Amino acid sequence: MAHAIDDATIPIHIHDMTVAYHKKPVLWDVDLAVPEGKLVGIVGPNGAGKSTMIKAIMDLVPKASGWVRIYGQPYARMRQTIGYVPQRESVDWDFPIRALDVVLMGRYGHVGWLRRPGKIDREIAESALEKVGMADYRDRQINQLSGGQQQRVFLARALAQDARVYLMDEPFAGVDAATERAIIEILMELRSRDKTMLVVHHDLQTVNQYFDWLVLINMRVVAAGDTATVFTEENLNKTYGGRLTLLSDAAQAVADHQRGVS
Amino acid sequence: MLDGSFWIILTGAFAGGACGLLGVFLVLRKMSLLGDALSHAVLPGIAIAFLVSGSRDILPMFLGAAVFGVMTTLLVETFHRRWHVQEDASIGIAFTSLFALGVVLISAYAGQVDLDQECVLYGEIAYTPWDRLLIGEQDWGPRPVWILGTVFVLDLLFVLLFYKELKITSFDPDIAVAVGIPATLMHYMLMSSVSLTTVAAFESVGAILVVAMLIVPGATAYLWSDRLPVILIMSTVFGIVSAIAGYYLAGLWNSSIAGAMVLVVGGIFGVSLIVAPQYGLLGRVIRQGRLGLRVAQDHILLRLVRESETTEDPSVHISDLMEGSVGARFRSRVAMWCLGREGFVTWDAGHLALSDNGLGKATDLLRSHRLWETYFSQLGLPEDHLHHPADALEHFTDEELLQGLHAELPNAEIDPQGKRIPKNK
Amino acid sequence: MPVWDSTFQLVLLGALLIGCTSGVLGTFAVLRKRSLLGDALAHAALPGVALAFMLTQSKALPVLLTGASLSGVIGVLLIQVIVTYTRIKADAALGIVLSVFFGGGIVLLTHIQQSAVGNQSGLDKFLFGQAASIVASDLYAMSVMVVVVLVLVGLFFKEFSALIFDPGFLASIGFAPRLVDLLLMSLIVLTVMVGLQAVGVILVAAMLITPAVSARFWTNDLLRMVLISAFIGGLSGAAGAWISALAPRIPTGPVMVLVATGVFVVSAFVAPSRGLIARWRRLRGNHWRENTQHFLRACVELQEQADTDLSVIALTDLAQVMHEPLYRVRRLAKHLAKNGKIESTDEGAKLTTKGYDDAVFVLKSHRLWEYYLVYRSILEEDHVDRSADEVEHILTPQIIERLEAILVEENIDVENVTSIHATDSGFRKAGQDA
Repeated sequence: MAHAIDDATIPIHIHDMTVAYHKKPVLWDVDLAVPEGKLVGIVGPNGAGKSTMIKAIMDLVPKASGWVRIYGQPYARMRQTIGYVPQRESVDWDFPIRALDVVLMGRYGHVGWLRRPGKIDREIAESALEKVGMADYRDRQINQLSGGQQQRVFLARALAQDARVYLMDEPFAGVDAATERAIIEILMELRSRDKTMLVVHHDLQTVNQYFDWLVLINMRVVAAGDTATVFTEENLNKTYGGRLTLLSDAAQAVADHQRGVS
Repeated sequence: MLDGSFWIILTGAFAGGACGLLGVFLVLRKMSLLGDALSHAVLPGIAIAFLVSGSRDILPMFLGAAVFGVMTTLLVETFHRRWHVQEDASIGIAFTSLFALGVVLISAYAGQVDLDQECVLYGEIAYTPWDRLLIGEQDWGPRPVWILGTVFVLDLLFVLLFYKELKITSFDPDIAVAVGIPATLMHYMLMSSVSLTTVAAFESVGAILVVAMLIVPGATAYLWSDRLPVILIMSTVFGIVSAIAGYYLAGLWNSSIAGAMVLVVGGIFGVSLIVAPQYGLLGRVIRQGRLGLRVAQDHILLRLVRESETTEDPSVHISDLMEGSVGARFRSRVAMWCLGREGFVTWDAGHLALSDNGLGKATDLLRSHRLWETYFSQLGLPEDHLHHPADALEHFTDEELLQGLHAELPNAEIDPQGKRIPKNK
Repeated sequence: MPVWDSTFQLVLLGALLIGCTSGVLGTFAVLRKRSLLGDALAHAALPGVALAFMLTQSKALPVLLTGASLSGVIGVLLIQVIVTYTRIKADAALGIVLSVFFGGGIVLLTHIQQSAVGNQSGLDKFLFGQAASIVASDLYAMSVMVVVVLVLVGLFFKEFSALIFDPGFLASIGFAPRLVDLLLMSLIVLTVMVGLQAVGVILVAAMLITPAVSARFWTNDLLRMVLISAFIGGLSGAAGAWISALAPRIPTGPVMVLVATGVFVVSAFVAPSRGLIARWRRLRGNHWRENTQHFLRACVELQEQADTDLSVIALTDLAQVMHEPLYRVRRLAKHLAKNGKIESTDEGAKLTTKGYDDAVFVLKSHRLWEYYLVYRSILEEDHVDRSADEVEHILTPQIIERLEAILVEENIDVENVTSIHATDSGFRKAGQDA
């Protein structure tokens, strides 16, 4: 995996990244270079560090070591090129705003301090809502939307961000079949426009069908590459099979040691 | 000079409005308790400022309070993150100990401090007209009005200018950071505004009014509306209105003005809690009652249509249609009355029979019930388990669901108990 | 020195009782995450005190406390109603009830003060607490309540601990968790009421929270925690009453709370095992051990390179390999010499047999771990060293055994492991880029 540092053609380049929560390593020494224009699945068991990886790319959790480059630049400089779809449970859906307001938030980064979103932002937000099939719900209070509809609103917000790279945390979790189809269609369409997408996914049955590139992780990257070559029984056994108890024991020991607990 | 009560009301209204405005964000961010803690914990800062400066100058007071305001947040963080104390207990320890320190300071130096224990709690708003702002020889009017007025305007500007940023960081801090709006900075800006407001209001209206006005108006408005701008306006108005009404209530009862203001805002909350249309208790009860009534109506229709399947005389005596507790019988009675009024049933000497109209509606229900039973039996449920789920679903089966059922069961004519499933007209 | 007369003894005894009971019940309240509910409960009791006085014109403690309990319980129930039936979250509901009930209490209290004929109703002692106002009849009433509370806690100790630890389990063995919870809540109400007169509504919650949290630093055992918390609570109560007797102008409640906070801070620092100082010392010990192990490992690695046994190794070489300044290497050498791991000579250090064994163990751990990581395709070869560096110090003999077992299965000669890298002896610190 020897890539030149600062390679401006690689959408997401992670080098030797370790992430720890409260000093306990949850992702060890990740190396990854995602090619452009791919729909990439991140697959692994619960607690494997899938969401953590996405959050670490966006500096939402601190890295213990290593670095991430977006098109050869640090994240802080490339913020505008990244769209984010967080897990649906991460926000309070009782919050008093309408669907269109949520989508409009995707434009805030372009609007800047002290200014209101303008007419163009509004139009972009509305067309994003239309794209996900939610135009009729634009004035609906968000707690009156079904789970699938909430997820579509989140996707519309990411679309409104008008990014080159999209990071999505379990966009298919708890949505109905129609929504899942609608979402995957939009992702395919984005891919045809050379956007790169990193999607945390948990349903092994649809992996082959959805993703053309795959990252298997379980506390470390087990395998990464074209789905056809990576999605093998052997790799899945390595990802989901046990035998890693030693690694998590060691992680706990490192954490205790560094906090002075024992 | 204007009437003294005008100045008192104005001071209270500024305090209530400023707290009400910012409080909305505290409530939405689930930080109400930090507001509570902050308004207690600034006391030692104010007391020390009094002792050191020997005056009620606003500047040392702000400084002292600001130091202790920041200290509260730091202490809570330290206890929780570094000392591994539970978060709620951390808040509890931090603000009680600082407040205790403040009370001890005030009592120990009672002679030198122009503050007493009661004043800490409910302020000296009654003395507002006599607390003059003097610049040189010029009398500019009551000092608290100036201070709280300024703070109110500052808070208003803060919310207006940073509305977009406050909204996004309150809703989803992660996405805020992702689009380049620093959530931490907004958090500290909000907390600074809250601290400033707290300190300004503390002296004239006391700790208790600050806590109440920070939390109650915002939560009340949250019961009324789903629109953030509306909530912000309502909350501010609630704050101002309770200050005005509280003043007159206090006069009426000869009691603490700040306390009465709190009582009024509490009253507004209590009324809203009951009558707020969508999120109030009454609305909830009515919606549930309506639902119960509809279910009771459906049951009567079903009973009548089943009767017409098996017997020649399809009328049923009303006593046969009522069973269960007193409440349930009453509900059945009301349901019958409603059905009669809508023309679904006809009455004849205590007997109920379906009208043509009612027969159509009842047949639809029966079809839905029996289709569901068939559906569940195909899912593999044993026969005696079929009735209950079908019973629960029949009331909520709209056209779309019904079509789905038909699609699943294209040729169903007989339900699992061997009864005929009525055809769609 | 306050006058040691019977009145003072009475007050001291009362404060002691209050502190102990709060300490006991506080343990359960804190562990059940109810710390701040106690605060709401206490604030909500104020209008009850005032109303009870207005209705009965009596200042007898049992009368006032009955009113207090009623309005406190109503407040807590109201919080439940708001949280269950509306979309207002728990923190706001708590704040609403706390402040509005308290505001109502203040209105009633000031109303009484302004209009009562004798003016001095003495109810304001319930705001900040005045232990000196405890009289013999109050003490009897308190003692009865305290005995009831403590006996019930003793009887239901097992159920309460199960409730805190795992309510689902409690239900599965046939107890109704809601009933047990209700009983616990009632006992907390009683405790708060007992403390009301001496500590005051504003701060009585602190007597529930602070002693219990302090006790948590000293032990992991629930029964011990209850006892320690009772002791700390009693101490704070008595000390508070004492100090406030010296300076009658200062209300008792705040003083008690400050004493308890003092105990809390001291506990946080000095408690063995869970205390901050103990933790810092362990941390420093860990660092020290890491450094000495690195020293020993560097010695054998240099020896391996030089292909000679037990030769003298120059400290400057060690410093270079370890990426440490010479003075720290010297300090380590001195320490290791004292422990008989090396012999210090003018030219440098020479491993003793004991030191050699230790060094080999560390080296072996390091290399085994490297093999494991690479073999499991967890890491690329060039990243392995840093992780191994971190982990080698904490591998217990048991983990090493498991490691060996795994590697033997893969036909790796665990007795003669050599470095996975050809040359690099690799001392890098975490976070340092290659």
